[in-house]
Amino acid sequence: MFRNPPIYGLLAEFHSPEELLVAAHRTYQEGYRDMDAYSPCPVEGLAEAIGHHRTRLPLVVLIGGLIGCASGFLLQYWASVLYYPLNVGGRPLNSWPAFVPITFETTILFAALSAVLGMLALNGLPTPYHPVFNVDRFALASRNRFFLAIEARDPKFDHARTRQFLESLTSHGVFDTER
Amino acid sequence: MPEPDYNPHPSESGLVKPPVLEPGHTFASVSDKIIAIVLARRTPRGWIVGFALAFLLSMVLLYAVTYLFLTGMGIWGNNIPVAWAFDIINFVWWIGIGHAGTLISAILLLMRQQWRTSINRFAEAMTLFAVACAALFPLIHLGRPWVFHWLFPYPNVMALMPQFRSPLMWDVFAVSTYATVSLLFWFIGLIPDLATLRDRAKNLFFKKLYGILAMGWRGSARHWHRFEMAYLLLAGLATPLVVSVHTVVSFDFAVGVLPGWHATIFPPYFVAGAIFAGFAMVLTLTIPIRKFYGLEDFITMRHLDNMAKVLLAAGLLVAYGYMMETFLAWYSGNPFEEYVIANRMRGPYAPAYWALILCNVLVPQALWSQRIRKHVLALWIVAMFVNVGMWLERFIIIVTSLHRDFLPSSWEMYYATIWDFATLFGTIGLFLALLFLFIRFLPLISIFEMRALVRETQEQGPGGK
Repeated sequence: MFRNPPIYGLLAEFHSPEELLVAAHRTYQEGYRDMDAYSPCPVEGLAEAIGHHRTRLPLVVLIGGLIGCASGFLLQYWASVLYYPLNVGGRPLNSWPAFVPITFETTILFAALSAVLGMLALNGLPTPYHPVFNVDRFALASRNRFFLAIEARDPKFDHARTRQFLESLTSHGVFDTER
Repeated sequence: MPEPDYNPHPSESGLVKPPVLEPGHTFASVSDKIIAIVLARRTPRGWIVGFALAFLLSMVLLYAVTYLFLTGMGIWGNNIPVAWAFDIINFVWWIGIGHAGTLISAILLLMRQQWRTSINRFAEAMTLFAVACAALFPLIHLGRPWVFHWLFPYPNVMALMPQFRSPLMWDVFAVSTYATVSLLFWFIGLIPDLATLRDRAKNLFFKKLYGILAMGWRGSARHWHRFEMAYLLLAGLATPLVVSVHTVVSFDFAVGVLPGWHATIFPPYFVAGAIFAGFAMVLTLTIPIRKFYGLEDFITMRHLDNMAKVLLAAGLLVAYGYMMETFLAWYSGNPFEEYVIANRMRGPYAPAYWALILCNVLVPQALWSQRIRKHVLALWIVAMFVNVGMWLERFIIIVTSLHRDFLPSSWEMYYATIWDFATLFGTIGLFLALLFLFIRFLPLISIFEMRALVRETQEQGPGGK
């Protein structure tokens, strides 16, 4: 329990997306799993390199869209057929072709809302506080620097050994990250 | 014999396209350059003057709308039969302008057009503000705008529901969905850039403000993965949406039986018109802004050239629409349809019709010439012609069709009053004032996408795709 200092983990700095990508692959091969990589723009293959392969977001959006579609149509059906039926020259109450535009719009609306809210929820945002922000140099992660974090809760984490390992990957600095 | 010198700008020869990003930029340089506009301690004098003028003009809108609410719609030139006049003209004009933003950000994203990157954020903001101006017009045209919530289906004490079979109701859903989705698309694109602003801002108040808006974004690879997925899905959803919005707007006319409106060509013709108007407005705004803020490296001649080409193509589609309208009026053999076209060309509003043909059909043909496309001022002038032309198009569609319909006994001329013009120019003021605020407080170019572009252009070398 007291083997490791009470820190969040170690943060290594890199100067290019290629360096980070190589380092992420190496770290994963080394057996670390509780890790994360930070970059100022999306880097292709980086999520896969740290073991994040799939996201459920498309499913969330599909379900959102289907709910939007059903509720848009049912709203119009309910209002025109059940709640306020209006006989206009004997025309059918369930005039479904006239309901298509609004059904389409609600489908898009619900799907778009689920895409955004789903992305934020799956990412756990908003997260105002995160330990990586304690490292001063991490402010550059939104400009031109790249970071790799190995968390202390990883079973393979050993402060000295992990530090040595990260230092072998980068020459730009490894930082202790306080909780 | 000297070695041929390496030419970083092969575009001068005219053989290779100019780059989408001038060479020599790095992650740091694009970030700092865009951020400098937002975090500059001193507000440029030009900004203050421009904002002050736009703000004054938006006060004209406030005055006109206040007077309208106190007095009633009699202050406008609307009459029977021209019950829909400036309101719907301005509504369609503004919403059409908005469409370019979604087109650039969503459709060009799906088509992997790199040149969208430096103009998409700005065009999306333009969409939002244009939709806000557009939505104002149907609301103030309601007569009793304070009960606008009756447009929405909700259980109320009157036990009434809106008429879901009416295109006007479809409009409510289409425009409100469009406004919401545009806002979402714009906002999630801003999150990583807000994080950059949070990390750079010196002023504690702005640091906290940007921090709250960035929601703790830290650029984690897992986050980027879901972020990119969400962005792509939103683009996929926004693409049919943008087509549907102007289609529904055109149904407002096409579903009616009025000659000149009741035409199946209306939906595609309106969508082409929206692209035309929108790109013209993007050009109108981009050209001065890139000059003023020295963004020629990011918004290069390549962007202006591409936008000019889209403008030309959309203009040809619109011209085809005019041609078909005229042809079908003759081919239908319907005397009322024939009369509408004859009345447009030779009737009391003929000058407006011919001005429209000049602005939308003749002047844009100048864009066939590469010299015009490379001449920034000439391009801007062509875009201004299109802005005016697209407004005239809606004027012609609405006023000439309404003012003389089937029965000569119900014919009536329409004349706009000063309040109609005050409201129109007032919304232009509101639109510009919002844009000025956007440019000052948020990054007008998407920083994280520019970083990605730096990487891609480095790999491809100068003159790459």
